[in-house]
This record gives sequence, C-alpha cells and structure tokens, in this order.
Amino acid sequence: MNVPMKVTVNGKLHALDVEPRMLLVEMVREQLDLTGTHVGCDTTYCGACTVLLNGAAVKSCTMFAVQADGAEITTVEGLEKDGQLHPIQKAFGDAYGLQCGYCTPGLMLSTLQLLSENKQPDEKDMRKAIAGNTCRCTGYQNVLKAMQLAAQNMKGA
Amino acid sequence: MLSQLGDDAKLLAGGQSLIPLMKLRFANPAHLIDLNFIAGTSYIHNANSALRFGPLTRHAEIENSDIPARIPILYDCAAGIADVQVRNRGTIGGSLAEADPSGDWAVVLSTLATQVRCLGKNGERTVHLKDFIQDAYTTALAHDELVSEVVVDIPAKGSGGAYLAFKRAAPVYPTASAAVQLTMDGNVCKDAAIALGCVGLTAIKAKDAEAALRGRPISERTLSAVAEAARAAADPQSDMRGSADYKRTLVGALVRRAITIAVRRARGEHVEVSHLYA
Ligand SMILES: Cc1cc2nc3c(=O)[nH]c(=O)nc-3n(C[C@H](O)[C@H](O)[C@H](O)COP(=O)(O)OP(=O)(O)OC[C@H]3O[C@@H](n4cnc5c(N)ncnc54)[C@H](O)[C@@H]3O)c2cc1C
Ligand code: FES
Ligand code: FES
Repeated sequence: MNVPMKVTVNGKLHALDVEPRMLLVEMVREQLDLTGTHVGCDTTYCGACTVLLNGAAVKSCTMFAVQADGAEITTVEGLEKDGQLHPIQKAFGDAYGLQCGYCTPGLMLSTLQLLSENKQPDEKDMRKAIAGNTCRCTGYQNVLKAMQLAAQNMKGA
Repeated sequence: MLSQLGDDAKLLAGGQSLIPLMKLRFANPAHLIDLNFIAGTSYIHNANSALRFGPLTRHAEIENSDIPARIPILYDCAAGIADVQVRNRGTIGGSLAEADPSGDWAVVLSTLATQVRCLGKNGERTVHLKDFIQDAYTTALAHDELVSEVVVDIPAKGSGGAYLAFKRAAPVYPTASAAVQLTMDGNVCKDAAIALGCVGLTAIKAKDAEAALRGRPISERTLSAVAEAARAAADPQSDMRGSADYKRTLVGALVRRAITIAVRRARGEHVEVSHLYA
C-alpha cells in the first residue's frame, strides 16, 4: 500500500506516492531521477548518500522516504544556481578535491552544512564535519584544501 | 498504538540503529511507529538542578546546546558519537532503549545520577538507569512502554568529568571507552564514579576502581591502582575491534587519562577532549 507524501527537493515541491519501506535515497534516485546522490555502502558508513534534511546532513540510506514528508531536501543537483556552479562545487574542482567523484556529492553537502553554521572553520572543524564521509581516492588532503577554498569563496556571500 | 498493534510493532526514533538492523533482517517489524512527527519530544530543560532531555533529543542538539560549559562529560559523549550525519538523527532516548553494549550514553550517564521516565498505557514510572538497562539489548521497558524523558542530576559545583572513547574511525562504535566523574578536595579525590564501555554486555560500573580513587591523592600510585582495578572489572570479548586482552589494557589506559582530565576540569580548567582514533 503506497502512501502519499509531499516533499520539497532542491526548492521544488513534489507530491509522491511511495511505499512506506522505501528509503529516502531510493526516492531521490529512482522516483525523482536525481542520481547524483550515491549509494556506497547501504550500511550507514560511507556518507556517499548524504543529503541535507531541513539544512542538516543525513545519510539518506538510513531514513525512510515517508519521514521526509513536509521537509526540505537538498541534493547535489540543488547546489548549482542558474547554470553557475556553487562556490563549494567550484572549490572542489579548483583544489582537485575529487578524483573518481563517487564520494563528492556527499562531501559537498557535509561542507554545506558546516559552512552554513561556521563561516571560518579551522582544520579540526573541517575534519569533524567530514568524518562521516569516506573517500577512497584523495586521501582527504585536497578535500580539506577545497573546503578551505570554499569557505574563502563564500565569505562575501 | 503499541498495545493495539502487538509484538510486531516497533518505535522508530532516529533510525540509526533500527534501520541498519532491519536491512540486515535482524529486526523485522510489521509496523513501525514513527515518533519523529510527535511535537514537543525534543528538548533540554534545566530545572531543580536536573537536566531533562526529551526522548527525541538528537545527539547533535545536545552537542550544540549550552551544556558543554556546564557538564563537559555530556558534551564529550554527544560530540563523539559516530559522525555529523548520525548525530543529526540519532536520539538519546533511542540510544538508551537500544541498550547496545557499545552505546556511549549508557556509559556516561551511569556516572551521573540518571533516571529514565517510562510511559505506558498505565501511566508514567521512573526507573533508575542502573535498573533500566538489564542486559545487552535488554531494558526494563515493557512492550507497550516508551522512554518519555531522561533526567540527569547536574553534578555539584567542583565536580569534574571526562569521557574518552577509542575508535578506529568516526562511523563505528568505540573499541573501549571510559567515563569518570569526580569531586576533589585539594589534591585528594573526595568522590568518584567510573564506568567502562564496550568491555561487557552492558556499561560496567567499576566499583573497585572507584574505591581505589576515593579518599586518595591523585598520584602515580593511585592512578596505577585505579587502572589495575578497572582492568580487572572489564569483561571484554575478542572481536573484530580487538582481542579481549587488548581491550582490557586499553580500558585501563583510558580510565587513567580520563581521571587526569576530570581532575583538571574539577579545578575549573577548560580542557577540550575528543575521541581518540587508532
Ligand atoms: C555508523 C553508525 C555509527 C554509530 N556509532 C555510535 C557510537 O559510536 N556510539 C553510540 O553510542 N552510538 C552509535 N551509533 C548509534 C546511534 O547513536 C543511534 O542513534 C542510537 O543507538 C539509537 O538511537 P536512534 O534514535 O537512532 O534509535 P532507533 O534506531 O530509531 O531505535 C533503536 C531502538 O530503540 C527503540 N526506541 C527508540 N526510541 C525509543 C523510545 N523513546 N522509547 C522506547 N523505545 C525506543 C526502537 O524501537 C529501536 O528498537 C552509531 C550508529 C551508526 C549508524
Ligand atoms: S550509502 Fe548511505 S552511508 Fe553509505
Ligand atoms: S574521489 Fe573517489 S572516492 Fe572520493
């Protein structure tokens, strides 16, 4: 039995019918076709599925879609505005903060929560913010540089 | 609702234990009752020298509240659980109700006077934390009861505490952990509560270690005796996180270090600690 729900994803309101057991990440990827949100582990470990739920980073593989009824979700597709990359996206590119890119949407959303709460994070704040995001390629050094650059880029904003 | 739906129904709080367990088919409820839509279940109230936590209060809300300044050991715990994403969802009520042998809250709260309020169709009752958690994954909750509030007495002025957990990465449970809350009189420890985590089926209150600290000056000799008593109190199992011997040694070292931090905090020093990583 499907249940009706309403959810705002990247600023757009969707009225959906979902199976109660459907995970949020499945709804985002399969119903809304927003495949930038990845599934790395499906065990609440890797953070590749990170999205913002009312501004807070959550692992969308560990929440049911119906729990987002009435909520606002931000996925990586919601970062870009009017064809312009978000400063965080730009920083990850400029600072070589990604290699294969699988973890990157999650890392960028964790960065977004951090920078919306703390405009001038130090290295400890940044490490803490991405402790739930696994990256198998970069070794995190360039990710931290990208986060620093993003903070600088967003200072004026 | 719980009594209507029967044994196949389960409550859903942060879902950070239950949903992973459902994926593994370790939990297989026919009905889930989502507590997240009930208003007024997430709060931190300060009244009559006690803090009252709503059952749905997230670890992150505790981390980001004004608690750190008042009761540092609660901050050590809240800020050290897993990662930002898990802390944004996971709740204090869910953590105690789950009674995971490696859960952090039960360890820390057993060094403070903590009561768990349980609400059922016959009303509300108050259970002391030590009676609430009965065994691994087993609590005093009846099937149709829920945790409605967690009440923690604010430690007296001049009391200091610290919680240290040793982990291999953020999104995993600790390998071992130690919580210490003590009061000092000069260099002599007047009173102490010590609890050990991840080295038994529940948090272990290390009574002999407490006795080895109480009334003694903080010296190398005292610390060695307390650490030895803590090692003896631990009852760890070998698993993927480490051998029993390793965990026993580790927990002794954590207790020793937690005491030195708690002493400094009891003197009013601001000491930042965070979980230790392998
Ligand atoms: C990757 C990862 C790492 C983690 N690391 C740690 C860690 O280092 N330390 C730590 O302590 N925890 C850790 N956790 C667990 C986390 O803290 C959980 O949030 C917590 O144990 C359970 O809380 P919850 O709100 O998510 O409960 P849920 O998963 O929703 O529920 C857990 C159980 O409690 C019951 N329940 C929930 N709320 C109530 C209530 N109010 N009354 C009665 N029953 C209730 C549910 O029915 C269920 O059986 C980790 C989790 C993950 C996914
Ligand atoms: S896919 Fe959700 S944490 Fe890995
Ligand atoms: S860039 Fe490949 S996993 Fe992070």
